[in-house]
Amino acid sequence: MNAIVTPQPKPTLVIVGNGMVGHHCVEQLVERGALARYDIHVFGEEPLRAYDRVHLSAYFTGADAESLAMCPADYYGRHGVHLHIGEAVLQLDRTAQEVVTAAGRYRYDHLVLATGSFPFVPPVPGAEGCSRLVYRTLEDLDRIREAAAGARRGVVVGGGLLGLEAANALKLLGLQAHVVEFAPRLMPVQLDVDGGAALRARIEALGVNVHVARATQAIVPGETYRYRMNFDGGEYLETDLVVFSAGIRPQDALAREAGLALGARGGVAIDDRCVTSDPAVLAIGECASWNGGVFGLVAPGYTMARTAAAHLMGEQGAAFGGADLSTKLKLLGVDVGSIGDAHGATPGARSYRFIDEANASYRRLVVDADGKRVLGAVLVGDNSYYDTLLQYAQNAIALPADPASLILPQGEAVPALGGDSLPATATICSCHNVTKAAICSAIDGGCTDLASLKADTRACTGCGGCAGLLKSVFEHELTARGVAVDKRLCEHFAHTRQDLYHIVRVEGIETFEQLLARHGEGPLGCDICKPVVGSILASCWNQPIMAPSLVPLQDTNDTFMANMQKNGTYSVVPRIPGGEITPEKLIVIGQVAKKYALYTKITGGQRIDLFGAQLHQLPNIWAELIAAGFETGHAYGKSTRTVKSCVGSTWCRYGVQDSVAMALRIEDRYKGLRTPHKLKFAVSGCTRECAEAQSKDVGVIATEKGWNLYIAGNGGMRPRHAELFATDLDNETLIRYIDRLLMFYIRTADKLQRTSVWREQLEGGLDYLKRVIIDDSLGLGAELESQMQHVVDRYECEWANALKDPEKLKRFRTFVNDQRPDPGVRFVDERGQRRPAPQADNPPLVEEAI
Amino acid sequence: MSTANRWQTLCTRQDLVAHSGVVAWHGGAQVALFYLPGQAQELHAIDNHDPQSGANVIGRGLVGHLMGELVVAAPLYKQHYRLRDGQCLERPGEILRTWPVRFNGDWVEIQS
Repeated sequence: MNAIVTPQPKPTLVIVGNGMVGHHCVEQLVERGALARYDIHVFGEEPLRAYDRVHLSAYFTGADAESLAMCPADYYGRHGVHLHIGEAVLQLDRTAQEVVTAAGRYRYDHLVLATGSFPFVPPVPGAEGCSRLVYRTLEDLDRIREAAAGARRGVVVGGGLLGLEAANALKLLGLQAHVVEFAPRLMPVQLDVDGGAALRARIEALGVNVHVARATQAIVPGETYRYRMNFDGGEYLETDLVVFSAGIRPQDALAREAGLALGARGGVAIDDRCVTSDPAVLAIGECASWNGGVFGLVAPGYTMARTAAAHLMGEQGAAFGGADLSTKLKLLGVDVGSIGDAHGATPGARSYRFIDEANASYRRLVVDADGKRVLGAVLVGDNSYYDTLLQYAQNAIALPADPASLILPQGEAVPALGGDSLPATATICSCHNVTKAAICSAIDGGCTDLASLKADTRACTGCGGCAGLLKSVFEHELTARGVAVDKRLCEHFAHTRQDLYHIVRVEGIETFEQLLARHGEGPLGCDICKPVVGSILASCWNQPIMAPSLVPLQDTNDTFMANMQKNGTYSVVPRIPGGEITPEKLIVIGQVAKKYALYTKITGGQRIDLFGAQLHQLPNIWAELIAAGFETGHAYGKSTRTVKSCVGSTWCRYGVQDSVAMALRIEDRYKGLRTPHKLKFAVSGCTRECAEAQSKDVGVIATEKGWNLYIAGNGGMRPRHAELFATDLDNETLIRYIDRLLMFYIRTADKLQRTSVWREQLEGGLDYLKRVIIDDSLGLGAELESQMQHVVDRYECEWANALKDPEKLKRFRTFVNDQRPDPGVRFVDERGQRRPAPQADNPPLVEEAI
Repeated sequence: MSTANRWQTLCTRQDLVAHSGVVAWHGGAQVALFYLPGQAQELHAIDNHDPQSGANVIGRGLVGHLMGELVVAAPLYKQHYRLRDGQCLERPGEILRTWPVRFNGDWVEIQS
């Protein structure tokens, strides 16, 4: 007998606040299948869905609001969560269990408050308008940008974490930035006196002026700048705008008016399950007060979000037990780390300190009275020590005989804790709270590569800081399970690309056959190993890729030196260095395109792509282009593609260096260089970054003093911002570093590995790379430079070379025994140009122009 | 012997590129010729038409050796076809036409 089931309306869960923590709570609920149990409504006061507040200053380096969003635009809709953005909750009616917005009243069965915090602005007389800016939301940033128009100098009041971020933002806007801090040092919460001093020295070296122990009394009209800030003791500082970043206060107004219990210093009081004094109401993040304290970091907020989601789903355990406020940051490019009891406040605590005044580096290790355990640490200038120290502190690992060794310079490598020495409870990824035990169980569950392990556990998908540790744990655990980590290139070579590179160099091997005979298996190789070896041979010896021994190794695009398109025709891309082109050359491109009826399109790399050429047409097309002074653009190769540039100081009123000249120099030097994957460059003439250098493998941005070098950025499928590698370089040093970097990449990268992935998987990370390239820690510098010079000296335009050789040209025939073009290639007209006709074998999905 | 089995001249040895492919026109068909000096069978003829892309590109694929078989990788989507019988390694139902070919002196001959 079937009972008649009346569908019960699901209880309603309302989440007030759509910041990072509120969003994380939704994610946690979605993952736990909460939509089957609740009807979920989310209210956000801001006009945008949740975005990454931690990286706000990226908004001034090219990131738009959308790229800062925490989830794709359709995330909420796809999961059936009702998102009300731009709809502030004005009142909380606990008796009726309703929230009130300007649009109406919404009933709730359960409520989560995730309203965050607001910036505290000290009551300084005269602070209003442009002199009373704050730094918290994207709208705040728009206001700062507005105020910065026509401004020369900006002051941030507050030298904490957010204040320094704000100072960075002002600097990015092109202002002379000043930081005014009330306390006698920067970041007084996280750093001690010496740490604050080292940070100050580093930040001042970057051109940010720091004023500590200053209390602002009043803001009055200025003489040289818009405003004058008067300090205690009669000193003053003039500025065009003032950003207040003097701490945050929990946004607890709704709760306060609704009569919920509050913490002693504000914030909605919660218990270990994030439940407030009303059992139907939970609070998480910066609006909540746990044990009398409010946490101003995102990680504890995420932990609360997980706790709240678990509670709402009736799960046991997962109580919120406070948060570790250890933090690892990069402020204005400076490494800052603070772990546990950084100030040595624990009774009996003793410290080890390392101070390097020459390089403004500082490290402090705080140990317990017995000298057995790490209690805390402070790092300024080099965070490569952080992961190991954090593991010591969090897992109470016994200190080595000489604890100072943990913070002393180690030359080559920091003594990292290997994956094997950590207990199962050790947290590997703190962003997603993944323990070593969780990683082991994922491996037992069948994850045999890093990518699936990351997808399965979400480890290393937050800040990425645990990449090295995760890899170490993963490889150790695999080995412990008797699984060999398979690094074979293919069935013919039991070597990695790196191994083969070294073999080719050391043994001076110049052909595929030699390499296969000595180190491979089988008679012929395959379409995996042949192009890889072809690329290695070209990188090492830079023979023309049309050399008879290399031809059979190339993928079709390299073989025919053009890019095959879907209908078997090719696109042709002449090099247009730096995107600079004369009218005469533009006309030639137009004439060639017209003569051969080629479809033309401007590329993202500032050049012109000509589509639809058949094999037999390529030599004639290139003969005409070369006669007009063009060279091949290597668009077909795993090699240097383009150096994008803005117009720079020669024309632009903002430009501080000649970015076009530098782009030309770089493109001319590295053109034709064969690399594990394609390589893109850009040079911007000022910090406005019009050339988008921070999305390139190698990005160069002009400064007043020279060039800043960024590396390992990427656009495409997996965008990655480039990382600042070195600052204020002169021309020669810049080229020297790029020489070394690229050769080191060619030596050590895996097959088809872009610089971004290579850099992420490089053990030791950015700091290791800096030591190799800048400090020359491996003593390789001169060798890498001379290898690059060798390649540069042997450059020859491959197309010019091929056109001189009838033997090479004979390949460029559609049919070896017939003059006709391929009758299978058909075009139709569209918007005044040709495009491939739909294929008979693959019927088009949409017929055009019905 | 019927006329269907006769050998026809297609091109010369000079037209071929060692360890690689070229394409010949053969009465309306496009024949990809792969010349692998040193292999037991030096010369292979296989249909130039790639059924997955619909383009005539097989002759521009890379030849290799996989699991004991000579293969060509289609240049657009990289699926592999056995040179001896045209069998696609990734799609069991997909077979490219192959032709018997031989050298007659310096002439390349195909059996149609």
